[in-house]
Amino acid sequence: MAIIETKNLTYTYPGATKPSIVDVSIKVEKGEFVLITGPSGCGKTTLCRTFNGLVPHFYQGELKGEISVAGIDTLKHHTYEMAKHVGLVFQNPENQLFALSIEKDVAFGLENVGVPREEMRRKVDWALNQTGIYDIRERSPHEISGGQQQRVAIASVLAMEPEVIVLDEPTSFLDPLSAEKIFEVIYKLNQEQGITVILVEHRLDLTAKYTNHLIVMDRGIVRLEGDPRQILSNEETRLIGVGIPKATLLYQMLKKEGLNLGDKTPLSSEELAGQLLEALGHP
Amino acid sequence: MSIFDGLRFRKVYSPIHNLDPRIKFTYVIGIFVVAILFNQVIPLLILFLMQIPFVLLARVQKQWLRSLRGAAFLATFIFVVNVATTYFTSGYHLTAFNVENAGAMTLRFVVLVESFSVFFLTTSPDHLGLALEESRVPYEFAFAFTTAVRFVPVLAEEAQTIMDAQKARGLELEKGGLLKRIRNYVPVLIPLIVSAIRRSLELAEAMESRAWGATKKRTNLYALKLHRGDFALLGITVGIIVAAVYIHFFIQVPTITQLI
Amino acid sequence: MIEAKEISFSYLNKVEALKGVSITIKDGEFVAIMGQNGAGKSTLVKHFNGLLKPSKGKVLVDGVETTKSSVAALARNVGFVFQNPDHQLFSETVEEEIAFALKNFGFTPEVIEQRVTWALNLLSLTQYRKTSPFLLSGGERKRVALASVLAWDPKTLVLDEPTIGQDHEQKEILRQFIMQMQTQKKTVVTVTHDVEFVAECNPRVVLMKDGKIVADGEGKEILTDPTLLELSSIVLPQIAQVFNKLAPLGFPKDIIDIYEAKQIILKAKEKTR
Repeated sequence: MAIIETKNLTYTYPGATKPSIVDVSIKVEKGEFVLITGPSGCGKTTLCRTFNGLVPHFYQGELKGEISVAGIDTLKHHTYEMAKHVGLVFQNPENQLFALSIEKDVAFGLENVGVPREEMRRKVDWALNQTGIYDIRERSPHEISGGQQQRVAIASVLAMEPEVIVLDEPTSFLDPLSAEKIFEVIYKLNQEQGITVILVEHRLDLTAKYTNHLIVMDRGIVRLEGDPRQILSNEETRLIGVGIPKATLLYQMLKKEGLNLGDKTPLSSEELAGQLLEALGHP
Repeated sequence: MSIFDGLRFRKVYSPIHNLDPRIKFTYVIGIFVVAILFNQVIPLLILFLMQIPFVLLARVQKQWLRSLRGAAFLATFIFVVNVATTYFTSGYHLTAFNVENAGAMTLRFVVLVESFSVFFLTTSPDHLGLALEESRVPYEFAFAFTTAVRFVPVLAEEAQTIMDAQKARGLELEKGGLLKRIRNYVPVLIPLIVSAIRRSLELAEAMESRAWGATKKRTNLYALKLHRGDFALLGITVGIIVAAVYIHFFIQVPTITQLI
Repeated sequence: MIEAKEISFSYLNKVEALKGVSITIKDGEFVAIMGQNGAGKSTLVKHFNGLLKPSKGKVLVDGVETTKSSVAALARNVGFVFQNPDHQLFSETVEEEIAFALKNFGFTPEVIEQRVTWALNLLSLTQYRKTSPFLLSGGERKRVALASVLAWDPKTLVLDEPTIGQDHEQKEILRQFIMQMQTQKKTVVTVTHDVEFVAECNPRVVLMKDGKIVADGEGKEILTDPTLLELSSIVLPQIAQVFNKLAPLGFPKDIIDIYEAKQIILKAKEKTR
């Protein structure tokens, strides 16, 4: 059964002249690692916020179409009800941590829901361990690095044990190494805990290899959706302005010049290197 | 940003720091009540001196003396105004009793300031926030408090960055007369305010996404437990109040003028 | 020319952010200063316009020590574009925003008018002349901030993390823009941790770690040295990653350009026929 399903979703922010998303119909299966990308202003941020009800409840305005997340119609339920099923991690690490200590931040959602202390303690410790920040749990959020802050944000969402975690450009402010660590944490949660992940990202060179379901948006519309290998080989994707990973580009350039490295479009440097080693005589 | 350093929590642990803030606050209110009860200098002086053991135990002498210095100006002002008012309204008459009265009022003010000062110097924002959460104060207020404290260093840094950014565009903050200087701060204040507004929107989004408002019966990861020291302080507070009430009603407290 | 001679600097919390750093940047150079967060990159460049003054050593801009000059005076020649445009924007219109620095520097109204028009044109903002900067999108606000610095035509341009939050197209426009600045003989210094962006520009790269410069040289050499990059916690550009793994084929290791990579591979394929 699809864990997220939308039909003809259209939304205009109050006061805006045109809609931010138009006729978006997507289906996400349980356990998928979805990657949403597209140029600035394509509507991916707005789409993220429909998954937990921030659109339309927080932003007001009218959301047309149908949407169902974890079997719940977000239009008919409060955001705080959605919070138990969908966790949202935002771009700016600093502005999503409010407590004076990290573990209190991770507990925030559970406190809001009224979970009894013992159970809360267990869930908080579990989330801290899953994201590798158990040792710094008593520090204050301002003392730690951006990468650690994002891990706190992920832990605080994870503690609620949601079925889906949505991350809206979580590594924008982080250096590539910290970004990679975050993606590894997310991937692990997807593979080991079966949590459905929806990641919005520009940096496909770092993330394309994790996904099996790529969605490319442009000006509010879903232009392409499906297998990343196919989509990233598509000329249209490049024309939309999506940053194709260099390894993928090189593969295509070589193919054009007659050097065929196989049918599988590489999504990472490892894959391309493997293909080149085989093609050039060192299997 | 040295002024903001003082707001960062200094992890100094002393028995006073570990006391439950609610009990400490009850103590402070107790002192407040007793201070109001008396008009004479001697008991007020005793009240003032009673704070000192706490200050020493908590090892916050330096900061405490600094706050005393700060209060000194206002205290002198109160004293002078009091004396002057009595002098003029009683037909240019001034008795030793009047001066003592003024002294008592000043002392009352000082005692109040000092006991609150001791309270805030020995209570970390975390602890205070937790106390607010555990008390009957609506959660919104406790949350507003802790969030404000959490973001003070962030805002301070941001203010510095904004000043740097505008200085790098030729803004000179130190030059010019008073009016010009105030105007020069507009390019610093506006980005700061706009940024604060944006920040609050992002925070609100995050709060909503983490089930804010799901139930009125919020639970808490931490719990404030009362220890022996807390009960001791509670006992002391009650004792002081009882003694003060008794003295006030049944014993004639001499004024200094009477003693001389 | 900007010279830093053995400078050290510590912030108020006693952390030593720079430990005896020396660097010379000649006129017209394009330098990328890279390193992990906290390595001292921003601290270093803030010495170039006098926002920070070294506690040890000295910094000379065109021969004048920065301690002997005000930030405003130094800013005339060293334009600093901060990472977050919202830390600068405060005016009612884009026009006023761009004119702000010009007014501070004492330009005449006629010149200001000229410069504002020029800057708006350069960054494709003419249609927003009378718009409030707060109503523009993130990318547009970044352009306004850039325009407001370019307006006074400083000799040197310092860009602090210009690629954060930018999508592919926006980065491409930025890259071309920097190339344009280069042809106008401007010195461009950019603080960044975006290896792919730097790989495409191939400037001089200065790598920092823990307040010291650990490498200074051609982008190609530094960005393809895995030990160096691991030392300063940066990731190899993807093309370099590929070639790193192709060592058994005897390929050169210092490849960061995709076209060069293509040529090398095709040549090698020819040889195997």
